[in-house]
Amino acid sequence: MKRFIEFVHKEFLQIFRDTRTMLILLVMPLVLVLLFGYAITTEVKDTRVAVFDLSKSQKSQRIIQRLDANKYFHIAVTANNYDELQSLFRSNKIDMALCIDDDDNVQLLIDGMEPNQANMRSGYAMGVITQHSTLNTRFLYNPQSKSEYNFVPAIIGMIVMLLCTLMTSISIVREKETGTMEVLLASPLPPVYIIIAKLVPYFVISIANLVTILLLAVFVLGVPMAGSLPGFIALSLLYILVALALGLLISTCVNSQLAAMLLSLLTIVPTVYFSGMVFPIESMPEALQNIPGFIPARWYMDAARRLMIQGVEMHYVAKNFAVLALMLVVLLAVSLSLYKKRL
Amino acid sequence: MRLICLIEKEFKQMMRNIILPVVFVLLPVALMNLVPRVATQEVKNLRISVVDNDRSPASRRIVERLAASTYFTLNDYSSSYREAEQYLKSGESDFIVEIAPHYERDMVRGEGGDILISANAVNGVKAGLGQVYLQQIINSSLNTERSTPNSPHSTLLTQHSTPNTRFLFNPHLDYKLYMVPAIISLLLILTVGFLPALNIVGEKEKGTIEQINVTPIGRFEFIFSKMIPYWCVGIIMLFLAMGAAKGIHGIAPAGGIPAILAVTSLFILVVSCLGFIVSNYSDTIQQAALVMFFFLVIFLLLSGLLTPVTSMPQWAQTITEFNPMRYYIEPMRMVYIKGSDLSELMPYLRRLTLMAAVLWAWAIISYRKSQ
Repeated sequence: MKRFIEFVHKEFLQIFRDTRTMLILLVMPLVLVLLFGYAITTEVKDTRVAVFDLSKSQKSQRIIQRLDANKYFHIAVTANNYDELQSLFRSNKIDMALCIDDDDNVQLLIDGMEPNQANMRSGYAMGVITQHSTLNTRFLYNPQSKSEYNFVPAIIGMIVMLLCTLMTSISIVREKETGTMEVLLASPLPPVYIIIAKLVPYFVISIANLVTILLLAVFVLGVPMAGSLPGFIALSLLYILVALALGLLISTCVNSQLAAMLLSLLTIVPTVYFSGMVFPIESMPEALQNIPGFIPARWYMDAARRLMIQGVEMHYVAKNFAVLALMLVVLLAVSLSLYKKRL
Repeated sequence: MRLICLIEKEFKQMMRNIILPVVFVLLPVALMNLVPRVATQEVKNLRISVVDNDRSPASRRIVERLAASTYFTLNDYSSSYREAEQYLKSGESDFIVEIAPHYERDMVRGEGGDILISANAVNGVKAGLGQVYLQQIINSSLNTERSTPNSPHSTLLTQHSTPNTRFLFNPHLDYKLYMVPAIISLLLILTVGFLPALNIVGEKEKGTIEQINVTPIGRFEFIFSKMIPYWCVGIIMLFLAMGAAKGIHGIAPAGGIPAILAVTSLFILVVSCLGFIVSNYSDTIQQAALVMFFFLVIFLLLSGLLTPVTSMPQWAQTITEFNPMRYYIEPMRMVYIKGSDLSELMPYLRRLTLMAAVLWAWAIISYRKSQ
């Protein structure tokens, strides 16, 4: 046991001595949380509207005033002809044009470049102009539809992937590449413990990141921890172990740092695209919808969102726990069986 | 002459690498093929749970309409809100549409029947758009109910004059069209941004930089000769990607090629110089890669690639002023989607030129022969 602790100590020293890398590992999560928390939002804000009013009647004035008073819209310019509108659109100066003809018929021209924004703008503007009785809608779990509610669980999922998979695989392969692995294997400690000792520091750093992100999310961003905290932590620990096992598997398959980096990136990129972090899975083509099932981050993010934001009871996420546990067992079994052959 | 020899050397070095030439050809096609399919923030196939407390012909017609639309799929008919909530919690459904008892009767009386929507708003975009779609479908359904002559409600109707809406430039609101120009920028920064960052530091690790350091080659020549190959590769990849976009997705730029060439040339200069700067300051390849990765993530998030810049708070918008990716993605989208021409892109060109000049100078200054 004492020997094992010595090994873990060595690994920590090795990591802490590369200050630049260390700094990035610790600062990156903070930057990401703050960016996602404050800067990355998809809500419609401040639509720039051009008015092209031929009627100039009382009714048209009322419509214009109503739109300008709404928080989503402001009248940026008044255009005098259609060509002017076109050139305003083409140089990105306006997002929407409100055209009112002689008979007070209203036409909305909306820049369709970004489809979601265009749709929401159209919906809001219709509501403002017609004063239709809008549907009675309740937004559950996230009444103000803040994007950080959606992103915080996802960031944890991404950072753990990056840290555990990428850094573990590189650090183990580096020992192989520089030849120091031979020295380690010559020590009296069984090889399995040497590998475990390599994983421990990244496990600890991941937990530190998890704690900082949670603290920031809850106390600075105001994201709720609606469900059970122990449940959430158990889920996160399980996920960290899966990511470590994945890093271990990659490190047993390759012999150079560059290859390890490429292979790890090949696992991280799908994490961004297929995990449902930004791009909803149900909008993907049918054939691609099966892929996310094999991505650990997808199961983690889904369960994390439901535990943290929706606050569901544990039995609703039992399936996610089971799948992650299964992944862990398979990854460990494969990498250990591969590892033995090398020794 | 010396310069030409140097450039030739860089080209040879690049082409003799086993992986790189393959990457240059395959990556544009692969990215362009796959990413627009996956990277769609389009909201469709939203799953709804219906709690129909009225069970009248009118309420059934509404449900049929919802289920028939491409935006929604019917997950279940529940007998109570409580039951439907289970599906929301287990993640099997996104919306609960609850139709109040006596919905049809209230509508006949002109009181406007009640429909209550409960949305799982963890993902705000989904909830917001879903609400807009629901509203549209329910409104149009109400309008047809009212205007059908033999419908009992038609007499009560005072038809609202709804404004007519037209989406310009992207009339079918196709998300792929929005993503294609952005993917070109992603492709370029991953290759001609990342590879220069590994280039000089790679020579440092191998020790071959010493051989350059003892020659009379100046700093400017050194950086210039390293940059030219990346610039050429970048332009070639641009055309490959544009070809792939046309061939696979049928998406061609609405504007002219000269505008695209102008912004792309400048953008390649900017990102490759950034790569050289990182490379000059790094000691190992791993370090350079990690630093570039850090930049890449911030550039991506603050570029408007995933979320609109105009939705960001003011301080974040100020940061994007320094982000070359933003000043590339925006004009590229303008040319691709709106067909803007060079004169409309002037502000972007000016900004990119300024960035290129500053970073180029920095790349040259930060390269030191003496240790």
